[in-house]
Amino acid sequence: MDNKFHTNLIVSSSPHIVTESDTTRLMGSVLLALAPAWIASIYIFGFRALLLSVVCVAASVLFEYLFNVITHKKQTVGDLSAALTGLLIAFNVPSSFPLWQAIIGCLFAIVVVKGLFGGIGKNFSNPAITARIFLFISFSANMSTWPLTRLAESTDAVTGPTPLALYAEGSQDQIPDLLHLFLGFHGGSTGEVCALALLIGGIYLIARKVISPIIPCAFIGTVFVFGLIATGSPYWALFHVLSGGVMLGAFFMATDYVTSPKLPLGQLLFGIGCGIITMSIRLFGSYPEGVSFSILLMNICTPLLNNLSYKFYLKEGGAKNGK
Amino acid sequence: MSQRKHLPSIHVPHHKNTAACETVTMPIPDEVSISMSQNIGAPCQPLVEKGDYVKVGQRIGDVQAFVSAPIFSSVSGTVKSIDKVRGSMGGFETHIVIEPDKKQEVSEEVQIPVINSFEDFVKAARDSGMVGLGGASFPTHVKLNPKNLDECEYLVVNAAECEPFITTDNREMVENGQDVLDGMKMIMKWLNLKKGFIGVETNKPDAIANLKRLIEQNEIKDIEIVPLPSSYPKGAERVLVYEVTGKTMNAGVLPAQLGVILDNVSTIGVMAEYFKTGMPVVRRRVTVDGDAVTEPKNVYVPIGTRIADVVEFCGGYKKEPRKIIMGGPMMGRATKSDESPTMKNTSAILCFSQEMAGVKEETACLNCQRCHTACPFGLMPSIFADAYEAKDVDKLNRFNVMQCMECGSCSYTCPARRPLALTNKLAKMMVKEASK
Ligand code: SF4
Ligand code: SF4
Repeated sequence: MDNKFHTNLIVSSSPHIVTESDTTRLMGSVLLALAPAWIASIYIFGFRALLLSVVCVAASVLFEYLFNVITHKKQTVGDLSAALTGLLIAFNVPSSFPLWQAIIGCLFAIVVVKGLFGGIGKNFSNPAITARIFLFISFSANMSTWPLTRLAESTDAVTGPTPLALYAEGSQDQIPDLLHLFLGFHGGSTGEVCALALLIGGIYLIARKVISPIIPCAFIGTVFVFGLIATGSPYWALFHVLSGGVMLGAFFMATDYVTSPKLPLGQLLFGIGCGIITMSIRLFGSYPEGVSFSILLMNICTPLLNNLSYKFYLKEGGAKNGK
Repeated sequence: MSQRKHLPSIHVPHHKNTAACETVTMPIPDEVSISMSQNIGAPCQPLVEKGDYVKVGQRIGDVQAFVSAPIFSSVSGTVKSIDKVRGSMGGFETHIVIEPDKKQEVSEEVQIPVINSFEDFVKAARDSGMVGLGGASFPTHVKLNPKNLDECEYLVVNAAECEPFITTDNREMVENGQDVLDGMKMIMKWLNLKKGFIGVETNKPDAIANLKRLIEQNEIKDIEIVPLPSSYPKGAERVLVYEVTGKTMNAGVLPAQLGVILDNVSTIGVMAEYFKTGMPVVRRRVTVDGDAVTEPKNVYVPIGTRIADVVEFCGGYKKEPRKIIMGGPMMGRATKSDESPTMKNTSAILCFSQEMAGVKEETACLNCQRCHTACPFGLMPSIFADAYEAKDVDKLNRFNVMQCMECGSCSYTCPARRPLALTNKLAKMMVKEASK
């Protein structure tokens, strides 16, 4: 009689099934969405871009691994978020950036920004963005030396200005046309140059419902409208959308779940805020580019935006049932 | 009523493997164990003693309370013992263990009910022993006797069957469609309701076709089939009422307060059978499925049959079972042992091997808000979880944790595998405790 029954079955609370998509899969799909931009960067900047990305990914994963071992935390390298941070750091620096400095950036991102705040889900700012700013402050010369693309005609020079730097100087006539900007043949950080590839990745993430379209649309939309008002020309408005880090930032870094607001209203304001700060820095500030500062500042505003959107959410009764 | 909006829902794999499996009757087992706690409300007291001979359909448990339903013997045979067993809901339950003589002698008590008035009708409903067969196990006669009966206009039949695997409601509509419509007609007649709606997910084309055919054949004008999207949880009471009638039903509100009588489709069909034959609830249709079962089937199981006997009838286990769920995988309850007997609300027995049973390891919240977008009511489970941890009752209240119906959509969707529905349940208990 006793053996007839299975009396030691697993008892757990419902639901007893879960979706396939876990943290690893989500991070994996973001990595996949970055693949076109990665391939484009290697095509545009050559082998150094490949080397840089491999080193940054490996360093970030290693730092995360070691940090977890040293602090006796559950191992989290398998969730691919460290790998993602590493790739984004590579994308955010010039392809010629010294590897050891890039590694320091990874250390900063993984240990200081992420690890010390409690690991994935606890950091208040995006690790890759914060690392970019950290590197910019620490190694500004190397962070502002832009290798030429494979299309560059000049034979002696190996570096050149970014379109935004040209714009800031007032050398509008030297700026590549919109098609070149769109395809990525201009100076800039390794992964930010090819708007086309980033757009493909971004649309993929939205279609797969990995990210909501609110932040990227609000961010890019605001940059465009701001540009249109400030320059009075759709051409230059588009120029602002396609140059610098707007595409990379809007689709891949401003949308970081952990550091952006929870509710649609907050996300909308977050995106608009990113756009306004980016354009203010570009047009009125002393730096030619403002995407990373704008995202970092909005990261800091996120708790505020959350509280604000909760107020509206709760006024609606919270639950949508029947509304 | 024309404009029907949809609440947020999630896509879960349907696994309706047994949708086409005609219900088969299993042989009487060597022993049944009939629980006296088979409905929400008061448990029954045994009316028989050890050594008594009982017959099929004989009343063996009942209680005076209004919110209760009598319990009948599913077999003829001798009462072997009356046991106190640790029940599914925590505390102890009384079980009447009967050794069948396998003659299935029918009790003299089994009489076709005579119904001449609304009161007769409600009494007959109670005498059928009927409770919500979908899983809620709320006594049916209570639902049919609301305080504000004169304000009730509509009968809404829950045939969504949104839980994966389960196909018992589907089979009821395919095999006993006439009973379903007869039951609806009776309820509408005695409760004086204007119109009946059957809310059914479109993944049950056979059921819809059969009901449509019968409605046409019988020239029924006041019953309408409402196709629902095949997503989870369209069969949750509050979601269904909203999708069918457009009326918002908040937690703690009864459908009748919105003028709606709501019942599960199998409940209505089986009750109609009782009105025709006088045989109360002594068996039920159970979907037996899961990767550890050899031959998934729909089975008529005598109430009180142990899970192990039911599975044996389905060819036994083909893999070592590690988790057995009574009901669906989204809201059903995992049982510790396959010695547990089937009850009136056991819509399914799902046996999972280690592969499917493994509890996933919880990781850190990503703040992705998939839980929020999955929630039919737009609640924010990630906030509940934080507030629960911080014991912040005020915050739980402000974010309306009490509206949560524990449907599990949030837990299902969470990439970090957080047991959000469980936390919600605990958080609700915390809020109730604090308001005492
Ligand atoms: S779905 Fe899970 S990981 Fe995402 S916000 Fe909700 S609780 Fe956090
Ligand atoms: S369990 Fe509660 S919070 Fe979670 S989805 Fe269902 S109703 Fe919403």
